[in-house]
Amino acid sequence: MSNRTIIPFGPQHPVLPEPIHLDLVVEDEKVVEAIPSIGFIHRGLEKLVEKKDFIDFVYVAERICGICSYIHGMTYCMSVEQLLKLEIPDRAQYLRTIWSELSRIHSHLLWLGLTADSFGFESLFMQSWRIRESILDIIEETTGGRVIFGAAKVGGVRRDVSSVKLDEIMKKLRVYQKEINTIGSVFLNDTTVKHRMQGVGVLSQADAKSLGAVGPMLRGSGVSQDMRMTGYASYGKIGFTPVVETAGDCYARTKVRILEIAQSVDIIQKCIEQIKEGPIEVKVIGMPDGEYFARTEQPRGEVIYYAKGNGTKFLQRMRVRTPTFANLAPLLATLRGCQLADVPVIVLTIDPCISCAER
Amino acid sequence: MSILEMGKVVLKNLFNKPVTERYPFVKKEYPSGARGKVNIDPAKCIYCGICQRKCPTAAIVTTKEPKVWTIDRMRCISCNACVEVCPKKCLVLDVMYSPCSAKQGTDSFRP
Repeated sequence: MSNRTIIPFGPQHPVLPEPIHLDLVVEDEKVVEAIPSIGFIHRGLEKLVEKKDFIDFVYVAERICGICSYIHGMTYCMSVEQLLKLEIPDRAQYLRTIWSELSRIHSHLLWLGLTADSFGFESLFMQSWRIRESILDIIEETTGGRVIFGAAKVGGVRRDVSSVKLDEIMKKLRVYQKEINTIGSVFLNDTTVKHRMQGVGVLSQADAKSLGAVGPMLRGSGVSQDMRMTGYASYGKIGFTPVVETAGDCYARTKVRILEIAQSVDIIQKCIEQIKEGPIEVKVIGMPDGEYFARTEQPRGEVIYYAKGNGTKFLQRMRVRTPTFANLAPLLATLRGCQLADVPVIVLTIDPCISCAER
Repeated sequence: MSILEMGKVVLKNLFNKPVTERYPFVKKEYPSGARGKVNIDPAKCIYCGICQRKCPTAAIVTTKEPKVWTIDRMRCISCNACVEVCPKKCLVLDVMYSPCSAKQGTDSFRP
């Protein structure tokens, strides 16, 4: 019997943008088990809902995560709007869809860069982030913020975007799409990249289902599930089919994300073609009462917002289940049996956002 | 050839201009809708305090007697809520960010 050693991974590690600690039990170079500990950046944001009124809480919900901030804010608004029984205007729904997809593109590009960094491909990392910068510029022009959009609002959206601006965005996105394709083909065809990703961290379809994986982690394992299929915002009018890969390894997850960027550009194009002039918000009347589950698809996977109102301006309870938290169990399953050198790549392929997971 | 995929990008990079802006020589212009810092026209303000009530971070404090409008720049999240509710439209959200500062303090405005 060989000796077992425990190697600590994180909370400070070059590949981790945020703190999570894994105790890796290794036998020679092989990881036998990974024991996680989380809780380094718990901020108690769910409790704060009792002290901030339901309109002001949008700002807090947006700050749960720095990358998928808009979708957090939007999902919170969706849950409160259902409690208030508000009907959101069409134009606001389309704008919400456009901003959600822009945030998906920038999040996936950020992830591609970090992944390239994790296997030591620095110049690919720089190229991914260069394109992301242009997407952030579009976001800044339309919402005023770069990562914290501040565009979500209970009852609609805070800003309108002119049709001239929308056409400009589409032209720019088509150019960026070509650049993303160039970078994407390096990820998908380069020998060194393939060598680090193919067959690494395999999650079978049965495991993905039973362990409750979400997002690209689930779709990379061959399960066709995406919350956008439920048709929230304007996805119902546009029509949506998820991107699915069957291999279940790191390469499949990367491919899902690269194809999703192209899909997001197509969704934005359809939105811009279909969007009509009209109001962007409705007046908020009454106080939230009752309870509601809102489910949306973030770049990292499915997010669930549970809100319970009691007829006052403060919600009684709010609960957020973020995609990273759901993906931790599948991550531990994929780490079992892998090589120590592959751990950073596998940890990154779930797209960990720890401040999301701990709220 | 798989190795040439990145080679093309690298070669293009080598002969093109840098993608970053040459900052001190080329001035960075913020887009018109950017959320920088809140500015006030104290002459138009009636010190009603609606902005203070609507501020989600309690960064704004107004007093009627004496007439003072105060903002804590470090608390302000530039969310535009005060600008949206101002009845006299004396608040504007400037595209420029407030300058860095080493100590905490507030900016006060009087008519």
